Parts: sequence; C-alpha cells; structure tokens
Amino acid sequence: MTELQAGSTAGARRSRPLSPHLQVYKLMLTFVMSGFHRISGAVLYFGMLLIAWWLIAAASGPNAYSYFEWFMGSLIGRLVLFGYTWALLHHMLGGIRHLIWDLGYGFEPAEREFLALATIVGSISLTLIVWVVGYVAMGGPR
Amino acid sequence: MKETQMRTPMSRVRGLGAAHSGTHHFWHQRVTSVAGIPLCIALIVIVIALLGRNHAAVVQILGSPIVAIIMLLFIINIVYHMWIGMQEIIVDYVHEEKFKLATLLANTFFCFAIGFSSAFAILKLSFGV
Repeated sequence: MTELQAGSTAGARRSRPLSPHLQVYKLMLTFVMSGFHRISGAVLYFGMLLIAWWLIAAASGPNAYSYFEWFMGSLIGRLVLFGYTWALLHHMLGGIRHLIWDLGYGFEPAEREFLALATIVGSISLTLIVWVVGYVAMGGPR
Repeated sequence: MKETQMRTPMSRVRGLGAAHSGTHHFWHQRVTSVAGIPLCIALIVIVIALLGRNHAAVVQILGSPIVAIIMLLFIINIVYHMWIGMQEIIVDYVHEEKFKLATLLANTFFCFAIGFSSAFAILKLSFGV
C-alpha cells in the first residue's frame, strides 16, 4: 500500500522495471513467423512498385513494356519475382493464421506450433508450385 | 489530475485513447485481408496467364473487363491494406515526433501514388485511349 502511494506521488520520475529485450528469449518458430509476417508485408509494400511499373509499362506501349520484360527476364528480375512470390504467399498464409486467431481458435501450444510450421512449409511449397506451374504455362524455362 | 472540463476521463478516452482514433484501422485491416486472399490468388493466375505473351496480348487481356475489374479491386484493396500496415510499422518504431510525421506523410503519398498510377494504367488499358 505504501509502495503504491509512493509510486503515485513520485510519478513518472521513479525508475520502473523494464521488460527484457528480444535477445534473452529462446528463439521460437512462432516468434520468427511473427517477424516474417511483418517483414514480408514491408517487402510487398515496396514490391508494389513492380506491379505499378508492370501496369504503367503495359499502358505506355510496346517500347516501355520491352524494358519491363527485359528486367523481369534477367536473373535479378527472376530472383526479385521469386522473392516477391514467396513474400506474397507467406504473408497470405500468415494472414490466414491471424484470421484463425481472430476467430478465437488455435491458441493451444501445439496448435500455435503447428500453425507456425504450416505457414513456413506452406509458403515455400506454394511458391515452388506456382513457379513450376508458371514455367509449364510458359512452355518450359527460357 | 486537474479537471479543466466537465467531461469525465472515461468519456474522453472511451473509443479513442492514445492513438486519437478508435479501432477502425484494426477492423479495416481484417476486412482488406479477407478480400485480399481471393484477389491475390487472382493476381497470381493473371500473371501466370500472361507469362511469355507479347505486349499486344498483354494489353488485350489486362484491358478485358473481368481482368481489369479484378486488377482494380486488387489495387484499391492492397493499397489501403499496405497503407494501414506501414503506418502500424512506423508508429511502432519511429518515436521522434517530426520524423514520425514525415514518414507517415511519405507512407500516404507513396500509397496514393501507387494506387492512382496503377488504377490509371488499368483504366487506360481497358478504355484503350
């Protein structure tokens, strides 16, 4: 009681205990997936430049579009698109995980671990599937 | 705390709080995430369908009503979703007031620029002017 009163009178000046910083915690998959979700969101944010470039180039004409095609066909372009595909699918699966939580399901330890694992395994598998389908649709790698 | 107005602290804080606004961003982020699932799948299908096609074919497909409508919905939905998301990241990590204001403005300008230029491009492809 006296401590409470002292706390309220001394106000914000009194030094308060701080929670330990990130590095003291054991690295958990759920924690990593939480970070991945935010990072993939940020990556997709700037990746929208690519979508905008694509649409504007298509609307501008064959010449502008050929520059876009040249970049996307290059090794760097393909790597960027591969990363973009993974970020998109990972963020989508991570988002579905959040929606499951928003509905009140999946909070048990085993369920949390499963959802975290399903997010990363699912996003990598789906990315590979999408790229295989893409290459098949294109008629093989060029 | 010195009372300078008639309203109680509870009435001032109810529905608002330190963010000066309520929970509508939280809810809108959920709405746009649900809408984003079919729209992103549609985007992937559209991109795969356009792989390796020449400019004329790309213009024809992107400009067709169904594809153009899906792309417009995708752009509007994603731009709003990413605007809220980046705002959340900024207010989490940027604490210096002026820099926070600058980054929040930059976020808004970026999202508007991406949204309007992409939407304009889709409309131009569709109406073929």
